[in-house]
Amino acid sequence: MSLDFNDETFRGDFTYRNSAKAIKRFPFPFPEDSYMYSVNMEPHVPGAVGSVFEHMFDVDEHYVSEMRDRAQVLADDPLRCQSLPHMELAGWDLLELIMVSKARDYPHWFELHRDGNQWHWINRPLQIDQKFTFMDASTLPYGPMEYITRQTQGDFTLQDQRDDDLWIEAGMVTTQADWSLDFDIGMSFKQWHAPVPLAHQMQIFDRALKFLLKLQHGAPVRRFNWTMTVDPLLDTSPENYPKWGPDKTTMTAETVGRRQHLRVELQTLHRLPRSNAIAFPIRCYLISFQDLVTVPKWARRLHRVVRDIPDELATYKGFIRNKPLMLDYLAPFDDGAATSPGFGVE
Amino acid sequence: MSVGAPKIPVVVAEVVAVNDLIKRFRFVRRDGGAMPVFSGGAHVVVEMDDHGTRRMNPYSLMSHPADSAGFEISVRRDEAGRGGSLYMHNHVRVGMEMVLSQPVNLFPLDARAKKHLLIAGGIGITPFVAQMAQLQAMGGRFELHYSVRSPALGAYVDRLRDHYGPRVHVYHDEFGEKIDLATLLKSQPLGTHVYVCGPKGMIAWVHATARAMGWPDRAVHSEEFLAPPVGQAFEVQLAASGKSITVQPNQSLLEAIEAAGIEAPYLCRGGACGQCETDVLRCDGIIEHNDHWLTDDQKASNTKIMPCVSRFRGAALILDR
Repeated sequence: MSLDFNDETFRGDFTYRNSAKAIKRFPFPFPEDSYMYSVNMEPHVPGAVGSVFEHMFDVDEHYVSEMRDRAQVLADDPLRCQSLPHMELAGWDLLELIMVSKARDYPHWFELHRDGNQWHWINRPLQIDQKFTFMDASTLPYGPMEYITRQTQGDFTLQDQRDDDLWIEAGMVTTQADWSLDFDIGMSFKQWHAPVPLAHQMQIFDRALKFLLKLQHGAPVRRFNWTMTVDPLLDTSPENYPKWGPDKTTMTAETVGRRQHLRVELQTLHRLPRSNAIAFPIRCYLISFQDLVTVPKWARRLHRVVRDIPDELATYKGFIRNKPLMLDYLAPFDDGAATSPGFGVE
Repeated sequence: MSVGAPKIPVVVAEVVAVNDLIKRFRFVRRDGGAMPVFSGGAHVVVEMDDHGTRRMNPYSLMSHPADSAGFEISVRRDEAGRGGSLYMHNHVRVGMEMVLSQPVNLFPLDARAKKHLLIAGGIGITPFVAQMAQLQAMGGRFELHYSVRSPALGAYVDRLRDHYGPRVHVYHDEFGEKIDLATLLKSQPLGTHVYVCGPKGMIAWVHATARAMGWPDRAVHSEEFLAPPVGQAFEVQLAASGKSITVQPNQSLLEAIEAAGIEAPYLCRGGACGQCETDVLRCDGIIEHNDHWLTDDQKASNTKIMPCVSRFRGAALILDR
């Protein structure tokens, strides 16, 4: 593995680590000292150099190890990647979007050469050199969506649009915050969001759906979501809950700083051109509490968010049991000083 | 939240008189770059500077969806209209610079359909030209039934017959030929989806016939862009901007808002997409709701208006814009 990428694990001995650089660019998701649901979408336009927003699809130091973890999840459970038959065109749209973006944004790692439908894709970090015919799935080792998402960090779902609704009908889901593609596939927008507490009464989903149905090609949007995860485990799936759920009960005051992680999802939404479907990449970033508190503003703010969050949300996000442990750990870092608005470190 | 995608600066590359009523326009990017590919059924909004009046009309794309060299639209001349089509016919020449929106699809194919039954009337053929090209490339099963006034006004009939052979069925009003819709619908395989684009009466006829025969509503799709109707001039107060404006007889409310320098959201400008929906703060009078978007209850309550096509008669109208 090259100097650019960590050799680390997201299971077993959990050797996952963030470098100082990765901590500095971590997408802290709270713009203020409290949290409630909102339709917090903004244009997905390029952000500051070095930030996770710099490029359309962020490739970071965890890339190669994350792809190795995904391959293992798929080997254990192939149903984590599914595409209903009518979604193949959307899969090609997604493959094109990712290949074109990565080759443009990271030319030292990725190259794409196109001569009509004869394409040549080079992925240096994963040592892939693939010639294939665009729109001919028989020329790739997997379907187009599976092929490209085995090489791209983050989960992906593809939503078909019809009957004034969005239908989740394809996806690659191995780094999820406790939801199952196999369970949700084929559902409408409100069906797959049904378990979320409070937001329905706030009409969040009515407004979000209306917005997304009008999403335009060339104008992607983004939002954050977040939860809490014990140990840097990417695959917190319902399918494997018996394996990882009990780990929530073994955290102690001595281990909470190392084991408790804030899990942030950078979610982007892209209208796809040929299929008129919507691609929904869900990129997961993990940071341990002990790394997070090295930024004083983040430490103060996270303490206040966790302290004041409604119990329904702490329950839904799966950390109500460990909330006292988390608060005991974070409280000494909160001196009561005011925090500046926004995501910045101060 | 903004849904605004960057607009496409283009130059007119080709103008072709297809018949007495229809002209076809081809646009390429001014910078020589590639157009986005699109999905069959998508439209673009064409911005026109009609001697100082800004017109923005939606037209279905009819070029091949995979052709990223240029976009093509066909425009039917409407002598009684507000002037957009007349401007396109009388003033747009090869080499002129214009601006297009990104493609938006409000009339997509249902990708799950086992077969696509396409029913067109007149200029309603245009979205189907792109859809058939896309279906052909993907091996989709389809059939076109195309009603035209006369052979001379049957735009693209020869070209479509050359490409798609017996899948193209043409009916001439002049010869009393009529689509036998009941028989057609009765003979379709399960899983067929029906699409209709044409005059208002044709769209209503297809929906009503299919419904009466037990077709699920979700298997019958239509697209009808309304041209903003002309009417009496009226006054509107825009509360958020603190401005009062007058909407001229041949101007839409949306155009009047834009002419006052106020940014307002829109996509289709034809009463179909819902993007320009605006809250009504006060209404002393009658809103002429001309859109396909608001529900009957919403229209009756006069709390929302679609400024792209709807008008007002009365003493006072105050909008949250």
